[in-house]
Amino acid sequence: MFEVIGERINTSRKKVQEAVASKDAQYIIDDVQKQQNAGATYIDVNAGARIGHETQDMQWLLDTIQPIATVPLTLDSPDPSVLEMAFQMAEKTPMINSISLEKERYDAMMPFLEGKNCKIIALCMDDSGMPDSSDDIIARANTLVKELNNIGIGTGSIYIDPLVQPISTDSNKGVMVLDAVRGIKAKYPEVHITGGLSNISYGLPQRKIINRTFVTLMMAAGMDSAIIDPLDEKIMGTVRTADMLLGHDDFCMNFLKGVRAGAILS
Amino acid sequence: MTDFNAMQNALVNCDKDKLVGLVNDALTDNIPAVDILNQGLIAGMDIVGDKMENGDMFIPEVLMAAQAMGECVTILKPLLGDDEAAQGSNVIIGTVKGDLHDIGKNLVSMMMESAGMTVHNLGVDIKPEDFVAQIKEKNAQIVCLSALLTTTMPMMKQTIDAIVEAGLRDQVKVMVGGAPVTQAFADEIGADGFAPDAGSAARFAKTLVA
Repeated sequence: MFEVIGERINTSRKKVQEAVASKDAQYIIDDVQKQQNAGATYIDVNAGARIGHETQDMQWLLDTIQPIATVPLTLDSPDPSVLEMAFQMAEKTPMINSISLEKERYDAMMPFLEGKNCKIIALCMDDSGMPDSSDDIIARANTLVKELNNIGIGTGSIYIDPLVQPISTDSNKGVMVLDAVRGIKAKYPEVHITGGLSNISYGLPQRKIINRTFVTLMMAAGMDSAIIDPLDEKIMGTVRTADMLLGHDDFCMNFLKGVRAGAILS
Repeated sequence: MTDFNAMQNALVNCDKDKLVGLVNDALTDNIPAVDILNQGLIAGMDIVGDKMENGDMFIPEVLMAAQAMGECVTILKPLLGDDEAAQGSNVIIGTVKGDLHDIGKNLVSMMMESAGMTVHNLGVDIKPEDFVAQIKEKNAQIVCLSALLTTTMPMMKQTIDAIVEAGLRDQVKVMVGGAPVTQAFADEIGADGFAPDAGSAARFAKTLVA
């Protein structure tokens, strides 16, 4: 089944930041419950926006969220010391967001990840910048899988983010990432593919229809997870419908459940 | 009289063939290259920038228009005097250290070039001391800092601090931009300004050195 990483608990969002600053636990609890009810399978928690407060904000968010969380958390930080603290607090096996091939991040994250039981989002980013061909994305994914395997993280716990780039600046960016996903899945059938989707529509009008159409194409290519807003009913309906069409929904039960709950509309 | 409006319209319509034809016709009519550049092309790109800012034109169209303009500038360049070719402000632009995003920065760079400025695009992951060195070397009037990550935004402040320490702050105007950057953040770190998109960035840059 498609895994939805709910992106809403991020202190760079104004209301979340206000709630964290004023210790408004009810706001956070309501938001997380709404995401879970909408079908989130992970709740991403990012406390990075209040500079100098990340450790304490992350701690408060985890204390607030975990008592009501029915799904595992995605611990989202570039700082291994914040992640170490959050990892120790996590009650369910967490997902870590993220590692990349950028030297500074890679060198900091590898010792943190070694020996840990967790899922990991691995970005196809290196010190030369964004990838510029599907072969480039595949090569970076390959390196990430091998290196993570070497420190004991199984391929099935790795979520490769191929880095979706705007189609407005280069008409080939859609095909490029779709080809890359097919290539990665051909080599590593058990690896997961995730990422944000909205970059694809940057610089264009009517972005949501682009994002929705794109997610179905990505799912056909092998994407089986995304970092999205679970409260966006249209994209959630699209994802659940596509999941059914790709044969991941026995007897169409999830689709029908979604229709009956009013979450999937024609 | 040459119809510069027609050139501006061709640019706004992203019609490269038409624009090249109009530029060549104007040259045949002995219109000075510098007038074609300023009153036809740069004025046309100003309209494109406005339309982008208002959400009437989108990035792919702006890229097409800029490409059409670039083709015409190639035709005009040999005909421009040295002072005419480099009449605009000297601009340094780059993404700050630790940040590798370049799409927005490149759009700003392109719009500023299209507005007649001389843009030195340093690339991504640029250290504060490299900005400082380039401001000196290029005698820049404007420096533009880009950051796409909340984690690299503090590097914008460090870069401005380095410019202050080098004693160059009075010489250059500092502009900042990137998805998480706001006017409030620009004020907080002592930048001269912020622009939310590439079209308004080019326009704002002109007002800074006017």
